[in-house]
Amino acid sequence: MQLYELTIHEARDLLEKKEISALELTESVLARIDAVDDKTDAYLTVTADTARARAKAADKAIAGGTAGPLAGIPLAIKDLICTRGVRTTCASKILSDFVPPYDAAVMERLSTAGAVMVGKVNMDEFAMGSSTENSAFKNTKNPWDLTRVPGGSSGGSAAAVVADMCLGALGSDTGGSIRQPASHCGVVGLKPTYGRVSRFGLVAYASSLDQIGPLAKDVTDAAILSGVISGYDRRDSTSADRPVPDYGAALAGDVTGRTIGIPEEYFNSKGIDPDVRAAVENAISALKDAGAKCIDISLPHTPYAVAAYYLIAPAEASSNLARYDGVKYGFRDMSATALSDMYTASRSAGFGPEVQRRIILGTYALSAGYYDAYYKKASQVRTLIINDFKNAFKKCDVIAGPVAPTPAFSLGEKTQDPLTMYLSDIFTLSANLAGIPGLSVPCGFSKSGLPIGLQLMGNYFDEAILFDTALCVERAMGIAHKRPRL
Amino acid sequence: MNFEPVIGLEVHAHLKTDTKIFCSCSTKFGAPPNTHVCPVCLGMPGVLPVLNKKVVEYAMRMAFATNCEIAGESRFARKNYFYPDLPKGYQISQFELPIAEHGHVDISLPNSTKKRIGITRIHMEEDAGKSIHDPGRPVSFVDLNRTGVPLIEIVSEPDLASPEEAGAYLRQIRMILRYLSISDGNMEEGSFRCDANISVRPAGQTELGTRAELKNINSFKFVEKALAYEIKRQISVITGGGRVIQETRLWDTAKNRTNSMRGKEEAHDYRYFPDPDLVPLVIDDAWMDAVKKSLPELPDARRARFISDFDLSEYDADLLTADRKTADYFEACIATGAPTKLCANWIMGELAAALNARGKSIDQSPIPADALAKLLCLITDNVISGKIAKTVFEEMIETGKPAQTIVEEKGLVQVSDASAIEAVIDEVMTNNPDEVEKYRAGKKKLMGFFVGQVMRATKGKANPGVVNKILTNKLS
Repeated sequence: MQLYELTIHEARDLLEKKEISALELTESVLARIDAVDDKTDAYLTVTADTARARAKAADKAIAGGTAGPLAGIPLAIKDLICTRGVRTTCASKILSDFVPPYDAAVMERLSTAGAVMVGKVNMDEFAMGSSTENSAFKNTKNPWDLTRVPGGSSGGSAAAVVADMCLGALGSDTGGSIRQPASHCGVVGLKPTYGRVSRFGLVAYASSLDQIGPLAKDVTDAAILSGVISGYDRRDSTSADRPVPDYGAALAGDVTGRTIGIPEEYFNSKGIDPDVRAAVENAISALKDAGAKCIDISLPHTPYAVAAYYLIAPAEASSNLARYDGVKYGFRDMSATALSDMYTASRSAGFGPEVQRRIILGTYALSAGYYDAYYKKASQVRTLIINDFKNAFKKCDVIAGPVAPTPAFSLGEKTQDPLTMYLSDIFTLSANLAGIPGLSVPCGFSKSGLPIGLQLMGNYFDEAILFDTALCVERAMGIAHKRPRL
Repeated sequence: MNFEPVIGLEVHAHLKTDTKIFCSCSTKFGAPPNTHVCPVCLGMPGVLPVLNKKVVEYAMRMAFATNCEIAGESRFARKNYFYPDLPKGYQISQFELPIAEHGHVDISLPNSTKKRIGITRIHMEEDAGKSIHDPGRPVSFVDLNRTGVPLIEIVSEPDLASPEEAGAYLRQIRMILRYLSISDGNMEEGSFRCDANISVRPAGQTELGTRAELKNINSFKFVEKALAYEIKRQISVITGGGRVIQETRLWDTAKNRTNSMRGKEEAHDYRYFPDPDLVPLVIDDAWMDAVKKSLPELPDARRARFISDFDLSEYDADLLTADRKTADYFEACIATGAPTKLCANWIMGELAAALNARGKSIDQSPIPADALAKLLCLITDNVISGKIAKTVFEEMIETGKPAQTIVEEKGLVQVSDASAIEAVIDEVMTNNPDEVEKYRAGKKKLMGFFVGQVMRATKGKANPGVVNKILTNKLS
């Protein structure tokens, strides 16, 4: 077995027992990146030198008995999380040279915990997309089938984890951007409750929906990473000031007496692939067999989630992305002579087509005369979706369903048809609109060998219940150790 | 046809908190460009605003002082527009749910009646930076020190019916801001800015005419001038058969006129929406009560108290309370026992003139309130005369010495001793036998001459009352 194949909790044990060193572990992961990333194209920046230095520091800390919970663990970071001194591009031409002078709050927490960042990974530009094909720099390939997408927008994070090019990764999820690539690549991904993880230093796409979360090789690792990055931060006014449970310690995988709600709207959708349906239903049966009680529930406003999301998220994005104007930092078209021409030229050349599409969509939704019909109406729908979940969680502890309607699709398959692309987020958007936590755990493979995830959604701040339920699924399915051959 | 103007004002006042509204950068004016900045006020990727509580408290103070209702829950909103001195591409302001609404202030009209002016709303927002254009080259610079300096915008109802009323309203608002110690209210430095909405309509018509918005009116004088110009312009457009169009107009200080800046069609669509980075601002009763209790006495209340408690005339009370520091000085003066009327006269007379000549404000006065009070007590205790007091006062302004010291050093103590004064009077009478004759013959006007001679001989130190009494006796 190679060191890069380890999970975080396995590596932690070996590091603690001093059977391996953090430097060996980091070198192993760096060598793995060297060996396979030209096939997957997950990394935008590899920070080998700083990673080695951090690993040496971790070895010292371990030797001195002062090691944090992630001491010496090599991680990949989505390239829209600000890293001090390390280029943070958001996979956009407009920020291709941006080096933040500050760390995101999650980077400070990882740093305190002793983690080793090995690099920054690819994504859809500004997290807008479901396939990582909207990156301005390169297409990341699905390690299970290099002709297919890894999902998105955190496609680089998911691909890096499943290809063993890191032990775990951080992504961000605005409409499914952690859960959908986790499902497509066969890793565990969590979108925490809105406010659970500080957004300080996360480059904003849609502020009221964005949340940073982990992508990991198994449920235990996802719980460990969540415990480190969660918690109150006074620099983020939307951050929740409440204690973080010890997610790892609470794991038992025992669902006896737990009620699982099965939303009919997530299964009567026409576009749902038969393999996905079969794998998800199989996982639900496994939960039942393990002692959970499954009941049918309804989330009646689900059909409106896509429309509401594609008004609210672009509206916020149109404002959030206004700062990339060529004036202060980032890309500027030097040929323009007048101010308004400089704005137009810089933004037209600096942003890719999907980002421009969403800026235009959002600008329109907020315009005088349209605000009430679009943005305001969408906000009202959002309230109805929140109420759907509130009602559902009166009857059940966890909601289970598919993550995405299909397994990973082919590169280029949906790039010409944005609406079809938008519909691949149909089951994940609602959790963002409501602010509840959602998790994807691998539950099977399609006939063609592509991974399929089960989505578990919980009530506000019930991440611990999601991890525990997911662990039950993981044990029952017995596929957590499976890796693509590269 | 007679026309009446309808005017509403939007006042922007800088709040003098130590730090900016959404970050901990200094708000200090006049620092080298781009030195009071951080990733938050620079609008860098991924950073977030955190509301300064002090800004909320200052806005609440103004809301209480202008009789507004304070919202238990209000929201910040983004006002979206592109400009190089606006680093985020939006300004964080309040829109649908401002912190306060439905207030009023009373202004004094020249005929000494009061008029109530409605306050539509007060909201908080961040200021933008400053663009500096190089006159010699096609280059512009941006200074972001001012970005994020807290502002409140105070919007009046269209209740103002003349440029003079607008001026009185502005002065009232500025006086309240200064009383509350929340703003310098300095129009020339830009810490107090004003836009005006103005329309005219035939007298008696209830429907409003089409309004123009006036910008760039940066002094009290310009506000009244610009409004007067605009009233004339709109009336001449209408009487000339034309129609006033809705537009934004800029005051041209050099040419004394307003010019069209942009029409309704070119007006910005600011695409306001609630700022998702900031949670709704909740103000509970306890917080409201605490701020309300911390309010100082407001100008109208203080003026009324000065009249009733200190027996001052309305005129004196107006002058003394127009500025909080002057009123504080006056109260400190009388607290040491000096008589109110004498204090009022000296503060508004000698002291105001001396400070004015030296370009100082009353809180920079070289003579503290208790020192002035001690000087005035020397007059009422007959230690010195009012005339000598003025000499002592000049010396105090220059040297900062206490009145008593100056009086002793220069031997200025008033002479009230009858025998000493009698000796001087005898001498004066001996030296002026002709005048004594004429007086006794009936030319009583010569009394002034004798008093003057005695005063000259005593270098002004003789008690005028005693001098008069003895002279009258001796001459009769």
